[in-house]
Amino acid sequence: MNLKKSNYRYDFPIIANWINSNAKVLDLGCGDGELLNYLKKERNITGYGIEKDPDKWLKSLKIGINVLQVDIEAGLPEFEDNSFDVVILSKTIQSMHNTEEIIDEMLRVGKQVIVTFPNFGYWKDRIQSIQGVMPKSNELPYSWFNTPNVHLCTIQDFDELCQSNKYKIINRLVLTDNKSVRFFPNLLGALALYNLVNS
Amino acid sequence: MTSKKNIGIVKPKIFKSLIPLKLESGEILTEYNLIYETYGALNKKKDNAILVCHALTGNHHLAGRHSSKDKYPGWWDNLIGPNKPLDTNKFFVIGVNNLGGSDGSSGPKSINKQTKKLWGADFPIITVEDWVSSHEALITSLNISKLAGVVGGSLGGMQAIQWSIQFPERLNHSIVIAAAPNLTAQNIAFNEVARQSIISDPDFNKGNYYEKTGRPKRGLRIARMLGHITYLSDDVLESKFGRKLKNKKYKYDFSTEFEIESYLNYQADKFAEEFDANTYIRMTKALDYYDPSKGSKSNLSKVFKKIKSKFLVISFTSDWRFSPDRSKEIVKALLDNNIDVKYAEITAASGHDAFLMAEPRYHSILKSYFNKMLVN
Repeated sequence: MNLKKSNYRYDFPIIANWINSNAKVLDLGCGDGELLNYLKKERNITGYGIEKDPDKWLKSLKIGINVLQVDIEAGLPEFEDNSFDVVILSKTIQSMHNTEEIIDEMLRVGKQVIVTFPNFGYWKDRIQSIQGVMPKSNELPYSWFNTPNVHLCTIQDFDELCQSNKYKIINRLVLTDNKSVRFFPNLLGALALYNLVNS
Repeated sequence: MTSKKNIGIVKPKIFKSLIPLKLESGEILTEYNLIYETYGALNKKKDNAILVCHALTGNHHLAGRHSSKDKYPGWWDNLIGPNKPLDTNKFFVIGVNNLGGSDGSSGPKSINKQTKKLWGADFPIITVEDWVSSHEALITSLNISKLAGVVGGSLGGMQAIQWSIQFPERLNHSIVIAAAPNLTAQNIAFNEVARQSIISDPDFNKGNYYEKTGRPKRGLRIARMLGHITYLSDDVLESKFGRKLKNKKYKYDFSTEFEIESYLNYQADKFAEEFDANTYIRMTKALDYYDPSKGSKSNLSKVFKKIKSKFLVISFTSDWRFSPDRSKEIVKALLDNNIDVKYAEITAASGHDAFLMAEPRYHSILKSYFNKMLVN
């Protein structure tokens, strides 16, 4: 896959790196299904995607994803405990209302959980805030009046959530423009990727 | 004449089975006929056949017309035809009238060859499992070893599920629309009211009315009215009819005052003229009896273990007789067995009957799914 081709897919190889071959994967908010499709090709995974948006749902169907239109805000009652190797929530957590509940549900259903989100502590966002406007960026392209995002957070915020809820972080990677950020990730990182398990 | 987008004129065919069919009830049909229609052509590999199962009041006539004088085409003509979502340029589509029906398959209105008389009330109760057994005999007679898919809405969806349980090796896809893994108490209750209205009509004469009393129209009318209300949603009735009056003022009598009454009476009259009462009460019984999990939800996952086909499951938001939650039970049991499944919940106002309508998203999903079936 050409990584430069599509800006919003540069996190795919990192997610693939954290997933074992032949794993059974559930992708919450799978969108157009491209991540699952990528993981099928790169890791020979099986699994399902959940998508509530009808247009994205249909895109997923067209590329052969097992896509289910259910509301993840209501939890994951269709899925048994530990029935997946990996449950992914990619760039979706910021638009969810029941944030803690869904991570708990992911950890119930999956042995491993991958969460990615745009870091609201990124310096470009901070500058826009200081300038007195709501931040907009590649990762956060919406205006304040049409954004689906209700629970934006920073890397520091998410670390604290993991600590208080006893989610064990196996890996954490922070990216800006497809490059890993090691120093001051909460300031210099645009996208955060977490690999979690239950502790 | 075959126009570009339509089937044109079709002719039904008869499949005569001389192999006895042992029914779920224990009774045996020593021989039986199935009337069926086909659309499109079976390809050389014989892997493009799709069986469409009908619901409560459907039949084998899915699409096209029997003569140019027919006012209406087959009941799923909006879906099936050249370049339609179920494209007959690509697929060989089969429609069959279920046993117990009254449109040409063996049923209460046909002759019992052993007694040389009309079956009437003596025609046995047929179940979903029995239908699937008889369909399988038909498919075999057409030299099709594996169907590309079985499609059905409502009671037809139950047959699509049952096909995957009963003959897992004989189909690649099950497309289950507005269905449920069994009926709820409320659904059985509605069916019982419909049956009682027919059975208690004096003209029903215990099911032997063909030569004596004629059709039990009063019972059929009430059964249809009740059914019709429940297959639509409150919202769609409100938007279509509201409190609109037939005349400008109330008449303060028991004649038809409201548009909704007029509509129901029209539907009831039409149905009572066309539909056979013995068939209706048998079809509702088949619905009531169907329960592959034998009463236990968790058991459905066990029953589904043997399934090999892939699934598309579709429900409609306003369908309160076969609600999305019931479809999710099917999806859950499929997920428990790692079976390939796609599930869509269509926002539609029409209630249960939405599965017969050409809502754009619904049809685009079916079109995409069918196209994908061919590629794989």
